[in-house]
Amino acid sequence: MMDFAYWLPIIWAVILVAAISIYVVLDGFDLGIGMLFALERHPDRRDVMVNTIAPVWDGNETWMVLGGAVLYGVFPGAYATLLPAFYLPIVLMLLALIFRGVAFEFRVMTRGTGREGMWNAGFMAGSAIAAFCQGAILGGVVQGIRVVDGAFAGGPLDWLTPFSILCGLSVMCGYALLGATWLIWRTTGVLEASCRRWAARLAVGLFIGIVAVSLWTPLLHAPYLRRWTDWPNIAFVAPVPVLVVVLGALFVMGLRRGHSKGPFLCALGWFFLCLSGLGITVWPYAVPPGLTLWDVSSPPSSQFFQLIGTAILLPIILTYTIYSYHVFRGKVTQTDGYH
Amino acid sequence: MQYAHDPALLLARFQFAFTVGVHIIFPAFSIGLAAYLAVLEGLWLRTGRPVFLDLYRYWIKVFSIVFGMGVVSGLVMSYEFGTNWSVFSKKAGPITGVLLSYEVMTAFFLEAGFLGVMLFGMNKVGRGLHFAATCCVSVGTLISMTWILSSNSWMQTPRGYTIDPATGRFMPADWLAIIFNPSFPFRLVHMGLAAFLSVAFIVGATGAWHMLKARKAGKISSEPVRVMFSMAMWMAAIVAPLQILAGDAHGLNTLKYQPAKIAAMEGDWVSEDHAPELLFGIPNMKTEHTDYAVKLPLAGSLILTHSLNGKVPGMKDFPRDQRPPSPVIFFSFRIMVALGMLMMLVGLWSLWLRRNSTLFTNPLFHRVALCMAPAGFLALLCGWITTEVGRQPWTVYGLLRTSDSVSPVALSSMAFSMTAFVVVYVLVFGSGLGILVRMLGRAPQEGEHDTPPSHASGILATSMHPGVIDPSTGKGA
Repeated sequence: MMDFAYWLPIIWAVILVAAISIYVVLDGFDLGIGMLFALERHPDRRDVMVNTIAPVWDGNETWMVLGGAVLYGVFPGAYATLLPAFYLPIVLMLLALIFRGVAFEFRVMTRGTGREGMWNAGFMAGSAIAAFCQGAILGGVVQGIRVVDGAFAGGPLDWLTPFSILCGLSVMCGYALLGATWLIWRTTGVLEASCRRWAARLAVGLFIGIVAVSLWTPLLHAPYLRRWTDWPNIAFVAPVPVLVVVLGALFVMGLRRGHSKGPFLCALGWFFLCLSGLGITVWPYAVPPGLTLWDVSSPPSSQFFQLIGTAILLPIILTYTIYSYHVFRGKVTQTDGYH
Repeated sequence: MQYAHDPALLLARFQFAFTVGVHIIFPAFSIGLAAYLAVLEGLWLRTGRPVFLDLYRYWIKVFSIVFGMGVVSGLVMSYEFGTNWSVFSKKAGPITGVLLSYEVMTAFFLEAGFLGVMLFGMNKVGRGLHFAATCCVSVGTLISMTWILSSNSWMQTPRGYTIDPATGRFMPADWLAIIFNPSFPFRLVHMGLAAFLSVAFIVGATGAWHMLKARKAGKISSEPVRVMFSMAMWMAAIVAPLQILAGDAHGLNTLKYQPAKIAAMEGDWVSEDHAPELLFGIPNMKTEHTDYAVKLPLAGSLILTHSLNGKVPGMKDFPRDQRPPSPVIFFSFRIMVALGMLMMLVGLWSLWLRRNSTLFTNPLFHRVALCMAPAGFLALLCGWITTEVGRQPWTVYGLLRTSDSVSPVALSSMAFSMTAFVVVYVLVFGSGLGILVRMLGRAPQEGEHDTPPSHASGILATSMHPGVIDPSTGKGA
C-alpha cells in the first residue's frame, strides 16, 4: 500500500502535466488567433481565421475542464489552496473565456448590426485577458503561495508581482505565436504572408520572455536554483536550454523557406520545453513552496478508481480528437470554409 | 451556525446559485435538443422526407448557440467548487472530484469531439457517419447528466464513504454505493424528463408562433412548422404525465431520506397523521408557524404517503439549526408543481384537438402554447432551487455544513467577482437570448440551407463585400 500511495500521485502528476500541456498548445493557438484579430482588420480574413478553429475550439477548451476536474479529484489539497489563492485571476480568466467562447457564434449572428464590432472586440480582448491570466497564474504557482494548516492564508493580490506579470506577457506572446504559426499551416495567400511576418516578431518576443523567466525563476527559491545547477541534475536538465536554441534555428529556417507545418511544430516544441522546464523546477511540489504532491493528493482508493477510467478513456478520447482534426484538415480558404 | 450571517458566505452562496442557475438552463436545453436532433436526422435517413432535414438544419443553428453558452458557463462551474467552496472540495473532492473527472472524460470530450463534425461536417463525412456524430453528441449530453446528478445526489444522500478521523475527509469505500446512492435514480429520471419537456415546450411555442403569424398573414403554415408543432405536442402529452409520476416517486424518496426538506417544502411545523396539504401560506421561521395557510384536508398525507392517515414530518422534529429555509422552497416547490400540471393539461388538450383534427387550426391553443414557452425551464429552475435550498444548511447532507465548506476568500474579492459575474452574464447571456429569440422568430423554410449562418461567414462576407477580391481566396495549396 505504501508503494501505491507513493507512485499514484507521481503517475497522476504526469497525466495532469500532460493534460495541461495539451490544453496550453491547443487552446493556445485558439487564443492566439483571438489576439491576432488586433493585427488583422479585414473582415473576410478574420472569418478565415475563425473558421480554422471553429470545429475544434470546443474540444480544446475541454482539456482545461479536465485539468480542473483532475486537480479536484486527485489533488484536492492543491485545488482547495490554489483556487482561493488565484481567485481574482481565475475569475477574470473565466469571464474572459466566456466572451471569447460566445463570440464565435455571436460575431456572425450580429453581422450587419452595430454589435458585431463589440463581439469582435470581445473575441480579441477575451483571448488576450485569458492568455495573460493563465500566464500570471502559472507564474504565481511557481513563485509560491502562503499556506497555513493546508489552507491559503495570503491576500487577494499576492499573486500580482513583476514575475507573474512577466509570465503573463510571455504567455500572451507565446499564444500569439502559436496562433500565427497555426495560420501559416492552415491558410493561404495574404493571410499566410502576414502571419509569417508576425510570427518572426512574436518569436523574438517569446525568446526574450523565455530567457528572462528562466534566469529569474532559480532566484525565487533556493531549491529551484539547486535543481538546475547541482551535479548530477545538471546533466539531465542541460539539454533543455540547448534544445530551445536548436528549435529557434529550425524555426527561422522553416519560416524563411516557406514550410507550412514547420514553424508551428517548432512553436509547439518551445511550449513543451518550457512546461518541462517548469515541471523540473517545481518538482516535487504541487503548491510551492510548502506542499508536495503527496501532501495534497486524495486517498489511493480515489486515485486508483480514477486511474482505471483514465487508462481506458484517454486513448479513446485522443483517437476521436485526432479523427475530428483529420476531418477538417487542409488549408482553409474563404470560399470553402466549412459549409 | 455562528457564520450563518457571514456576508462572505452569503455572497459565495449567492454567486454559486446565480452561476449554476444560469448554467443549468443550457445543458438542459442541449440534452433535450440533441436528442430531438438525433431523432430528426434518424427520421430523415429512414423516410427520406425533406421536412425532417429542414427541421434538423433549423434547430442545429439554435443548438450551436445553446451549446456554446453551456460550455462557457460550465467551465466556470468546474473551477467555482474550488474558488468558493475550497473546504468542501478538499474534504469531498476524493469523491465528487472523481465523479466530475469521469463526467469530463466520458461526456464532455465525446460531445466536444463530435460537435464539430455535427455542425460543420455534413459535406465532409458520409450521412451514416454524420448521424453517428449527432448520436454521439446526444449520448454525451445524457452521460454528462448522469454523472453530475450522481455527484449531486451523493451530496444529498451520501453513501459508500468513510470519514478519515485525522483530516475529516470523505474517503471512498464502495464506488457502486457512491454512484448509485439512494436518491440518484429518482433525480436522474426527474431531471432527464424535465430537460425533454423544457425543449418540447420551446419547440412547441416556436411552432405555435409561426402558425399564428401565418394565420395573421392569411396563409397556411408550412409543413416544417406543422411537423415540429405536432412532434412537440406529442412529447408534452406523453412526457408531462410521466414527469408527474416521476416527481411523486422522487417526493417519496425525499420523505424517506431527507424528511426535514419535505417538512420545509410543505410548510408543516408539527408532525401529524391525517395531515392537510397547504395550497398557500407564508412559513415563518422565527415564530415556527405558517401564516395565512389555505389547507386541503387529508391531502398532505395522501400525496406524501399515498394513504389518508400516513404520518408527515414537521419542522419542529428537527433542531432549529438543521432546518432548510422553508419560505423559499415552499414557493419554489408550488410553482414547479403548478407549471407541471399546466404542462400536462396542454398535453392532454393537444390530444383532444388532434382527435378533432384541429391541432393546427385552433388559435387559442396556439396562443396558450406560445405563452407556455418558458414553462419547462421555469419549472426546472424551481425544482432545482427546491432540492438545493432544501439541502441546506448542509453541503453534504447531515455531515458537512455549508458554513464550514466555504473558501477563505476576502469579502472584497467576493463582492468584486459577484458584480463582474452579474454584469458579464447579463450582457452575454442576455445577448444570447436576444439572438435565440430572433433566430426562432424566423420560420423554418422548405429547403432550409445547410449551414448554421454563423459559419456561412465566407458566403455572407463575400456577398457583403462583392467588390473586394481577396487574393487569399485563391487556392494556394
